[in-house]
Amino acid sequence: MSQSSTEVTRQKEQEPGTGGNFKTSVGARHGWDRFFTALVFAATLIGLAVLGVLLVDVGRQGVPVLSWHFFTSLGSADAENAGFLPAILGSLWLLGIVLIVAVPVGIAAAVYLEEYANDNWLNRLIEINISNLAGVPSIIYGLLGLGVFVYIFGLGRSILTGGLILSLLILPVIIIATREAVRAVPQSVREGAYALGATQWEAIRHHVLPQALPGALTGTILALSRAIGETAPLIAIGAVPYMTFLPEGLLSSFTAMPIQIYNWTGEPEEAFQNLAAAGIVVLMLVLLVSNAGAIWLRNKFQRRN
Amino acid sequence: MANPRRTKEEQKVTEAPQNRRDTKKGTGGASSDDAGASAFGMRIENLSAHYGSFKAVTDVSMDIRANKVTALIGPSGCGKSTYIRCLNRMHEVIPGARAEGRVRLGDQDIYARDMDPVRIRRRIGMVFQKPNPFSKSIYENVAWGARINGYKGDMDELVEHSLKQAALWEEVKDKLKKSGYDLSGGQQQRLCIARTLAVEPEVILMDEPASALDPVSTQKIEDTMDQLKQSYTVVIVTHNMQQAARISDYTGFFYIENMGDPGRLWEFDETEKMFSNPDRKETEDYVTGRFG
Amino acid sequence: MTVETRQGQGSGQNLWRESRARNVRERLVRVVLRACAYVSILTTFGIVFVLFGEAFTFFQDVSIVRFLTETQWTAGFATTPEDGEFGIIVLAWATIFSTIIACVVALPIGLGAAIYLSEYASAGLRRWLKPALEILAGVPTIVYGFFALTFVTPFLQGTILPGIQIYNILSASLVMGVMIIPTVASVSEDAIYAVPRGLREGAYALGATKREVATKVVVPAAISGIVASFVLGISRAVGETMIMAVAAGALAQLTVNPLESMQTMTAYIVQVTSGESPRGSLEYETIFAVGATLFVMTLLLNTIAYWFVRRFREVY
Repeated sequence: MSQSSTEVTRQKEQEPGTGGNFKTSVGARHGWDRFFTALVFAATLIGLAVLGVLLVDVGRQGVPVLSWHFFTSLGSADAENAGFLPAILGSLWLLGIVLIVAVPVGIAAAVYLEEYANDNWLNRLIEINISNLAGVPSIIYGLLGLGVFVYIFGLGRSILTGGLILSLLILPVIIIATREAVRAVPQSVREGAYALGATQWEAIRHHVLPQALPGALTGTILALSRAIGETAPLIAIGAVPYMTFLPEGLLSSFTAMPIQIYNWTGEPEEAFQNLAAAGIVVLMLVLLVSNAGAIWLRNKFQRRN
Repeated sequence: MANPRRTKEEQKVTEAPQNRRDTKKGTGGASSDDAGASAFGMRIENLSAHYGSFKAVTDVSMDIRANKVTALIGPSGCGKSTYIRCLNRMHEVIPGARAEGRVRLGDQDIYARDMDPVRIRRRIGMVFQKPNPFSKSIYENVAWGARINGYKGDMDELVEHSLKQAALWEEVKDKLKKSGYDLSGGQQQRLCIARTLAVEPEVILMDEPASALDPVSTQKIEDTMDQLKQSYTVVIVTHNMQQAARISDYTGFFYIENMGDPGRLWEFDETEKMFSNPDRKETEDYVTGRFG
Repeated sequence: MTVETRQGQGSGQNLWRESRARNVRERLVRVVLRACAYVSILTTFGIVFVLFGEAFTFFQDVSIVRFLTETQWTAGFATTPEDGEFGIIVLAWATIFSTIIACVVALPIGLGAAIYLSEYASAGLRRWLKPALEILAGVPTIVYGFFALTFVTPFLQGTILPGIQIYNILSASLVMGVMIIPTVASVSEDAIYAVPRGLREGAYALGATKREVATKVVVPAAISGIVASFVLGISRAVGETMIMAVAAGALAQLTVNPLESMQTMTAYIVQVTSGESPRGSLEYETIFAVGATLFVMTLLLNTIAYWFVRRFREVY
């Protein structure tokens, strides 16, 4: 340490370029270092700064609108009367379907791929396919829903169609996260169970899955958050602009929080912009809480291991 | 056969002399005795084990006597662990791993086509190198195996009996609801032994069960093993020659002659002979600590 | 060997109940789990079937040559294939143009953040910054769209770009750039973090400064992972829908002026589907042709990214 600092001073005292065969000045190199550090630090902060501005801007517009009326009223073409209730209920319905469909199917698929699947071409294909599906734009899922679920299956522009499409959309995310969690369970756990005469499923059901749960849960919550905020595929299958009634069942037409926000954003009146901002405040609160919960869960889990 | 535990033990004892009959020709592998191994001993014939295209162990034949402790020794990487995992079909759990040859438990080939590895593993239990208790309560650690195997008896009694056999009962009887992870390493390993005993196996395989433990814990495990051979057939892999000499009745020495070759059973005999007057030079070099 | 004999061999048999149901259950579970894994194959099959099936119908009306060579997009006004123009280049260019702008923002910033997080940030700081970036990644795109339209555009209008239109590709693309920063940063960071310590120490021992180690040793060593993160970021930008639909407007025009409205492929699909276009109409079919084009583009990008990710996984 002391040696390097004396070297710095020596280099500084000499004329640049006279330090034997080594022409660059260490002082200048350290200057570049400080500049670079500042640069990458700024890069890290810039996204967060934008997030901060976004939250403040939306909050400033939206918070004054939040009222009992906002949460309990139906949709309306008139900004004065418009409320968020059908959108909130619609999102809850969608979330319910996704919970029932995507979570079990995703976990099951992950367990199959991680614990049962042999290394053959079909399973390799499934694996590549899942990572590709994770990168397919969400609007494409909307077209899948429109072409297959709405028309071919005849489910119409319903809550069920919306829920199923969101399920397919987040399935790859759940599978990938759960696989990682399952893979992280040490082999010795499985072997301990096998050595007692447990079947493969008994070992998985009683030991592997409980240990993989926190990791799988984290990924699943993040995926569910994504489903709650997803807009494009729901527009494609035809969620309605505003609802003057509450959704009645699986085949009811519906709206959802992001859809309602999108529609309000598209209205020219400023009152609607404020409604959109209020909707965003609600949506962001839900997502911040669930994402923070997921991240907290993961950190707790990682520290324990 | 209709009676529980005690009858089983008596029966094993009565069968022991029959085993002793072919004890004398133990050296270097299979006896050609037509009678076959006894019901609770094991007979291994020409066993080889592979990992994919790599052959880890080749052509091992040995008789494992009932109600005796058989120790397997040898330098690192010579296939002892792989071999012992073949004895209850744990080897094949690793992707790409397979075994060839015959392994008999009583008069049944455990590698026969209609044999279910799940049932085999209940009858031939295993304790691993590193303690691997389940992340469940102490009670559940012991009860779980018995429960999945459809045990109909009094579970509390079974748990207590198993923990006593593993010399752990006194230390944990007041905290059965606590997690198995809360125990010390040595206690965890005895918990794993208790859990193995709870499914009432006939043979217990131990893969260096004390290698991760301190001397005091090791002593306790060895005491436990001494008790165990009253009722069970025990096979133990160990790096520790003193341990092998202290606790075992028979010893098998595994050895690899040239790098890259598969491991072989170099010599197999009564422990006393193996440690005093082995037939082969490599065995003598190893047990006297000249290499390894 | 029969089951009975085997049971006879066992110990204390009367206390152990052999369960035949166990084997049945085992097989059943396996079948169910496998079926769940096949859902992903069905999804892909459904996507390909829908997109290319409908696109095929479209190309029977409008030749693929017209689709690729015409330079205007007037599908919205066309009732017959003859009185409209269907040059995908118009929508595709808007997509590419917005992607370029977004990448100018996101790639350097994302990489910088990755370098900072893995090479500079203290463990304590890292523990806060990484989740914060994840929160950024979790913001729904509709929210970004709203932000671009109601904050960024007025802000640019009031400060440096008074000539900017209400709907313009610049604000939308800038915000989209912010949106993909976390993608680029987190995949890059994984790759940079995976570079062995020994490599860094070797460079330090030669008298390299921290910046020199980071830029001349670590980054080159992690390059395939970094490239993967870039390609993934590009792919996300290409497929991004709501920001474009909300803030970039719906004017399908071929231009290089970022201050004007342009319609990307994704925004076009949103525009058509949020209106009333009956199944079987020409307009209905166009969205599948556009969707198929989009699908092929992102598939290509994702495959490239997948290949690079595998490469860096193999190295370390």
